[in-house]
Amino acid sequence: MTGEQARAAIAERYPAATVDASALERRSLGEGGPVTVTVPVDSWVEFAHFAKTTLGCRFFSFLSAVDWKDEGLEVVVKVDNVDTGLSLLMKTRLGPGVSACPSLTMLYRGADWMERECYDMFGIRFDGHPDLRRILLGDDWVGHPLLKSYAVDTPHPPYR
Amino acid sequence: MAIKGPVPQIPVPVWRNFKDLQEWETLHQTRPEGDKHSALFERVTEGIHGFPGGFLLTTAADAFFNWARKSSVWPVTFGLACCAIEMMATFASRFDVERLGMVPWASPRHSDLMIVSGTVTIKMAPMLTRIYDQMPDPKWAVSMGSCANSGGPFRHGYHVVKGVDRVIPVDVYVPGCPPPPESLLNGLLLLQDQISHFRRTGRRATPNPKVD
Repeated sequence: MTGEQARAAIAERYPAATVDASALERRSLGEGGPVTVTVPVDSWVEFAHFAKTTLGCRFFSFLSAVDWKDEGLEVVVKVDNVDTGLSLLMKTRLGPGVSACPSLTMLYRGADWMERECYDMFGIRFDGHPDLRRILLGDDWVGHPLLKSYAVDTPHPPYR
Repeated sequence: MAIKGPVPQIPVPVWRNFKDLQEWETLHQTRPEGDKHSALFERVTEGIHGFPGGFLLTTAADAFFNWARKSSVWPVTFGLACCAIEMMATFASRFDVERLGMVPWASPRHSDLMIVSGTVTIKMAPMLTRIYDQMPDPKWAVSMGSCANSGGPFRHGYHVVKGVDRVIPVDVYVPGCPPPPESLLNGLLLLQDQISHFRRTGRRATPNPKVD
């Protein structure tokens, strides 16, 4: 499935989803770059299921998040179709002040540690995750350091 | 599947409540309380000093023991980051440290020296303290590279210990990012010079003024 076919399939199935919204996302249109889709958080798992089954994106590349300060957090996931070379960049806005997101672990096993890291760094609670605890930082860590509201000089006795 | 709540905030375990470098210095220069071994030595030495010319015997014994100590400083192989590559180069054939009597040893219980080569993160610091505590006394530590000296380029990160001297007492600081093997070799030679002034009572030498 090529990028154009994928865009057509997404537009037919999910009219509410925004495909290639910004100029930065449109820049890679003709070059085989990723198809960027922004979906509402309600249809997050449903769209991931659609991407896995219909679009054939079975390879879970990465999951991360962006802190847009007042506009809230945004979860970014890239999944790939390794047979046809289609890359799909899925984004969802959680909304201001919200830090809960549905988990993709029942679809992609690879999302397990990625979501744990995302919880570790951004404090996003992934509903449905089987084992949501810190993965990189120690269990005694206070706060989530990649949030914009986290001061990098937060004291951590006795070391800093 | 039920969602687990956020991880409970356990207070940070305090291994050593040192406030500043002055307290490190005190630890550096005194033996712990109830060290019978050195008290016995103290008594024997005072007895020897009671005889005329007894100082000759003790100083000669000191010189001999210090020579033995500095001639077989075994560093524990403890690499943390890219500085460890330079440390390996120092251990390897070109900058051969075995001619100084240093055998990189893979057990802290047989080692005398810890070369902290690299960034010490807050998560790694308890393990570093644990390895340091497993080394038998007398022991020395070399802080290698900017990260171990002060935190280096990661000093303003959220996860880095700002200098390994906040965790263990350090004898020689080797600057550089990373220090080339020549620098580390110079640091090890300075350490040997310090060890040759190691006193009988376990008191350490003052920092070496011969730093260029």
